Amino acid sequence: MGGNHQDAAVAELSTGGLRNRIYDIVEVRRNRYAIYAALTVGVMLLPAFANNYVMEVFSNAFFYVTLCLGLNIVVGYAGLLDLGYAAFFAVGAYTTGILTSHFHVNFWLTIPFAVGFSIVAGVIIGGPTLRLRSDYLAIVTLGFGEIVRIAARNLKITGGASGLIGIERPVLLGLELSRIQHYYFVFFVLAVVAILISHRLQHSRLGRAWQYVREDEDAAEAMGINRVAVKLYAYIIGAIFGGVAGCFFAAKMTAISPETFQFNQSVLILLGVVLGGMGKIPGVIVGGLVLVLFPEFFRQFEQFRLLVFAVVMLVIMLYRPQGIWPESRQ
Amino acid sequence: MALLEVKDINLSFGGLRVIKNLSFEVDSGRIVSLIGPNGAGKTSVFNCLTGFYRPQEGEIFFDGESMLRRKPHKITQRGMARTFQNLRLFKNMTVLENVMSGMHCRTSAGPIGAVLRLPHERREEAEILRVSEECLDFVGILDKKDRAAANLPYGDQRRVEWARALATQPKLMLLDEPAAGLNYDEKERLIGLIRRIRDERGVTVLLIEHDMGLVMKVSERITVIDYGEKIAEGTADEVKNDPRVIEAYLGKEEDEAA
Amino acid sequence: MSTLDILLQQLANGLILGSFYSLVALGYTMVYGIIMLLNFAHGDIYMVGAFLGLAILTTIGSVLGFGWGGILAAMCCSMIITGLLGVLIQRVAYVPMLSAPRLSILITALAVSMVLYNGAMAITDGEYRAFTVDLGFEGIEMGAVFITYTQVALVLATAVLMVTLYLFVHRTMWGKAMRAIAIDKDACRLMGINVNAVIALTFFVGSALAAAAGVMAGVYYGSIHFFMGFVIGLKAFTSAVIGGIGSIPGAMLGGLVLGLLEAFGTQIPFIGSEWKDVFAFAILILLLVFRPTGILGKTEIERM
Repeated sequence: MGGNHQDAAVAELSTGGLRNRIYDIVEVRRNRYAIYAALTVGVMLLPAFANNYVMEVFSNAFFYVTLCLGLNIVVGYAGLLDLGYAAFFAVGAYTTGILTSHFHVNFWLTIPFAVGFSIVAGVIIGGPTLRLRSDYLAIVTLGFGEIVRIAARNLKITGGASGLIGIERPVLLGLELSRIQHYYFVFFVLAVVAILISHRLQHSRLGRAWQYVREDEDAAEAMGINRVAVKLYAYIIGAIFGGVAGCFFAAKMTAISPETFQFNQSVLILLGVVLGGMGKIPGVIVGGLVLVLFPEFFRQFEQFRLLVFAVVMLVIMLYRPQGIWPESRQ
Repeated sequence: MALLEVKDINLSFGGLRVIKNLSFEVDSGRIVSLIGPNGAGKTSVFNCLTGFYRPQEGEIFFDGESMLRRKPHKITQRGMARTFQNLRLFKNMTVLENVMSGMHCRTSAGPIGAVLRLPHERREEAEILRVSEECLDFVGILDKKDRAAANLPYGDQRRVEWARALATQPKLMLLDEPAAGLNYDEKERLIGLIRRIRDERGVTVLLIEHDMGLVMKVSERITVIDYGEKIAEGTADEVKNDPRVIEAYLGKEEDEAA
Repeated sequence: MSTLDILLQQLANGLILGSFYSLVALGYTMVYGIIMLLNFAHGDIYMVGAFLGLAILTTIGSVLGFGWGGILAAMCCSMIITGLLGVLIQRVAYVPMLSAPRLSILITALAVSMVLYNGAMAITDGEYRAFTVDLGFEGIEMGAVFITYTQVALVLATAVLMVTLYLFVHRTMWGKAMRAIAIDKDACRLMGINVNAVIALTFFVGSALAAAAGVMAGVYYGSIHFFMGFVIGLKAFTSAVIGGIGSIPGAMLGGLVLGLLEAFGTQIPFIGSEWKDVFAFAILILLLVFRPTGILGKTEIERM
């Protein structure tokens, strides 16, 4: 094995150099763990210094990172354009909202329901459209996003236009999660779990299948890959991410209304994915963070926030479609 | 018994009839060729066999089952693998990853297995890796497994396609113009490889080819088509001397020379 | 009102609604037919057309008045400017993306849409603008049904635009080139057709028709706003799919069908007007499941 490696490396001497290569590999790995450790310590210590405003901003940022990672599975991994992602986020939030406020179901028990409803919604929307050209999925998901929002606004059980209030707080090991510091950690854990799941999916049989289908559908199909099933998996897993994130969102806010789940919300999440670079986990994390932090730093642009985002998205697509995160050398 | 049986298939696009009442058989363990001048409908036949086109009439039996209404991936799963005339590699992926795609239909791990890294999933990953590397070794490019597929020379890219098709563990391999773009040495090695695929792996081979020299050397049986119709069938010698074949080809070659 | 009256009234409403859908759907279908691009920005182009029309009408209204003369002039100007905007968008955003992966083109189109949408929101402060016209309220009375001359004029104007488009596409060399490019771009290039110019022309015509619809919607509803393009964009796309995407008569027919379906759909008990949009999207989804090629679309040859 070692000999083989060396041969390959020697062959590349002219381009990169054997020593540099090995040095790089060791270095990158060591650096990576050092960065993880530093980040985790930083996240743990922050609540000791920061005020509630900063806590609020960061828990929001972690929340968007989770949503962006979920959408990344659909857009980045499977190469499908989903313009109604906020609908899944709404499905989760309303599931928790309705079950806790109307029926006083324990928060943690609402999560499996949210997952179930997300899967059902994903199958209803994805099942028929994923067979067709990808453009149709984009427009159907857009329509679906609107259907969910309109339904939430007009149904009785969702509280109509004014939404739901009195969503019960979750209790974890006897502690009622009510303070912003609690949600800061909840959303941090959620984001970390999303990162782990994304990473493992990407480097699995299914993750490779997504890439095959993204690169060449016909060749993938000739290799025995069921492209519709593979895409449906991506769509449903993305839906579950959104649904579960929605549950925690409802618990944090204790009140939700249909206007939270507008089309703009879906576009914002998509922007996070595009910004960092579709399909790249670190890029998507950065994208999600920028989404939340940028408006906080540039308060004076509040009115033009979405316009700025729209222009940024256009410029990225035209000049740097791989996103702001640097390309890996290969 | 014939491994592949094509019975009276007809295919037309709009008003244009691409395949007309075509029938032929491929016996298990043979190396068989489908030849014909440019535009004779050879690749369309392949696309019908592999489920990419759906012929309006006729039957296709593979290994005793009808393939006519099946999706391409189901057909591959049943044991028919193909290569493409214009290379269709996953360009941004490594050679090894390309070949691993072939094992997809022989494995089953889903999202839960992937996330939890269950023992079943890990065993499968190891097996995918083993088979893929073995296929790369078989076609002779194992040493290039970590290179990006798009960066390989043309001849090696072809081999990646063969390894990828082999990794699906087929009973029948369909090669669409495997010699296109290869130089003389590479063609000689290709002949060896086609024979080894049959002899060492027991895979039946059906190829479409332009290069008559290669076809005559390697095929045990040849079907000739022109304008979507079968005009001759038999061994290399029989086909070579068939007046209709000579006519179809000579006419064509004059055109090409002009 | 008797049942017959309700039916007649809804028929009139449906025709007008359908006219708007058809005009916008034409732009979707033409662009899709020629370069297989789902132009997300098209709904917003309709919105921009409406605002341009209002701006022009306000400027020239003192000279030409706010009656039909002024409106017609404003509509024509808006059509030309919006058409040029469509060409600009094509040049800046879509030409560089022609060989990019599908996903990238779709996201680019979405980004263009968001720029127009949020740009209009910033300029108008997100408020409604009154589309002041002076057309009176006379009309035709048929029992309890009342149809204003304005409504009749709008439907007639749509008909004139569609007939003109039909003649243009089928009787001129430019139209012939458009149809040829939709079939085989490379062959057209070999035949010496200036493919890029024809594509630009397609954007021009599609955007101009959307602008006409935008101005007409302003006249009809009396006010316009920056988000007026969003829902109609979706509806028009649905219309294009109903008729068979890529087909020009299909888009005309699809728009009318959807307009009528919506008008009558809201009369079904328990489906109030607040569910109107849900109704349209449900039609879209069902259609994609059962007949993705639409009414007039050709059945595609099996994929490959």
